Amino acid sequence: MSELSVNHLLGIKYLQEKDIQLIFETADHFKEVINRPIKKVPSLRDITIANLFFENSTRTKLSFELAEKRLSADVINFSAGQSSVKKGETLIDTVNNILSMKVDMVVMRHPNPGAGVFLSKHVKANIINAGDGAHEHPTQALLDSYSIRERLGDVAGKNVVIVGDILHSRVALSNIFALKLQGANVMVCGPKTLLPKYIDKLGVKVETNLRKALQWCDVANMLRVQNERMDISYFPSTREYTQQFGVNKELLDSLDKEITIMHPGPINRGVEITSDVADSKQAIILDQVQNGVAVRMAVIYLLASKIKQ
Amino acid sequence: MSQKVLLNATAVNIILHRLACQLIENHNDFSNTVLIGIQPRGKYLANRLANMLTTEYKIKNLQLGHLDITFYRDDFRRGDKIHEANTTEINFVVEDKKVVFIDDVLYTGRSIRAALTAIQSFGRPNEIELLTLIDRRFSRHLPIQPNYRGRQVDAINEEKVKVNWKENEGEDTVYLIND
Repeated sequence: MSELSVNHLLGIKYLQEKDIQLIFETADHFKEVINRPIKKVPSLRDITIANLFFENSTRTKLSFELAEKRLSADVINFSAGQSSVKKGETLIDTVNNILSMKVDMVVMRHPNPGAGVFLSKHVKANIINAGDGAHEHPTQALLDSYSIRERLGDVAGKNVVIVGDILHSRVALSNIFALKLQGANVMVCGPKTLLPKYIDKLGVKVETNLRKALQWCDVANMLRVQNERMDISYFPSTREYTQQFGVNKELLDSLDKEITIMHPGPINRGVEITSDVADSKQAIILDQVQNGVAVRMAVIYLLASKIKQ
Repeated sequence: MSQKVLLNATAVNIILHRLACQLIENHNDFSNTVLIGIQPRGKYLANRLANMLTTEYKIKNLQLGHLDITFYRDDFRRGDKIHEANTTEINFVVEDKKVVFIDDVLYTGRSIRAALTAIQSFGRPNEIELLTLIDRRFSRHLPIQPNYRGRQVDAINEEKVKVNWKENEGEDTVYLIND
């Protein structure tokens, strides 16, 4: 089998198209594994993985931990809230202390963009970026593309619109890189204040009218409004945002085709999408969560195969 | 590189018929038996035997599956070679069934060891048997022996046994290859 061209998963930016295909093919096998009566394989039983979460997470942390355990790896968890980081320890010191306990791989979420890249240059371990600030969230983009591939057969040639808070979204950036790499057409749609100024330089279409965007697309990936990252007001009110950029059943029914709805979670029900849309057959939000485990298993397995004894 | 024909198409055909008959002797109508081909190469032998049992020996409702052992191997990260995973297709429960593992060549026994672990993910079989076309005896690393064997071969370790199938390589032939 060919192997990944990288030793760390720091961002989609560093991957090649064939890496994505290899991850997806491997994930297909793991998806079969996690639907068995016994959902576990012993591949990584001599590997220890540290999950370092310097920022809150529910889904990603659970998904990584489950993926690691289904591969039989030993797992240690770390949350910044309850640690010596509060006492002023630096990132490298924290990680090196953990690594001196013989850890082979690090899954890290950090509020600062580039934290994963920085770490990969200073410590000896394979790093998986589980989200670094507003920069990248590669495994989310991979599972999003994997879910599109599962639903529509292929990613190449599909029209995908990413709606909402593009400015603060690492999911948006990683998705743009991943979708472009696989030959999809990408559009971003949101209030002008939440669209980065030079976003079109990435080769994506820009649209501020949601109806036009939905009419164009095969898939709409609805992002959450990240209130926690907003230090100023980017739109007058949540209600006004919903009126212009929220997807509801009437809007979907008024289109002349059926589009697929995605959401990376957590959903603000009634803000970016209404409950009837989130729970409809057009939404693949829960498939995304299930695929997340299989895709993360594939990433961990492929990176672990590069750790020589 | 030199190669020698161990079994030609006629010999392979005779052996397949014998193996099919031996299976029928022990499993009657196969109502409680499932055949599992070990991926990647055992699949062809398993398909061939299953086809022979259904068409020529009129066995009905034969259950056939394929098991991939990649994630159960004991040499992960222990060599330069990265093993490619294959599809596992087992659309039935093996709980309380008689399972027959089918592989083309039995060499060190490590693949079968992995298969014994892998099959547990699909239930607890009543018993497991092993059928192999070529048994390279004297080269075992583990205490594993076949219940049904096509041909026993005393090959030295540098030699390789390669089984070719009509549906894949265009001929039913077993070669002994010396690099």
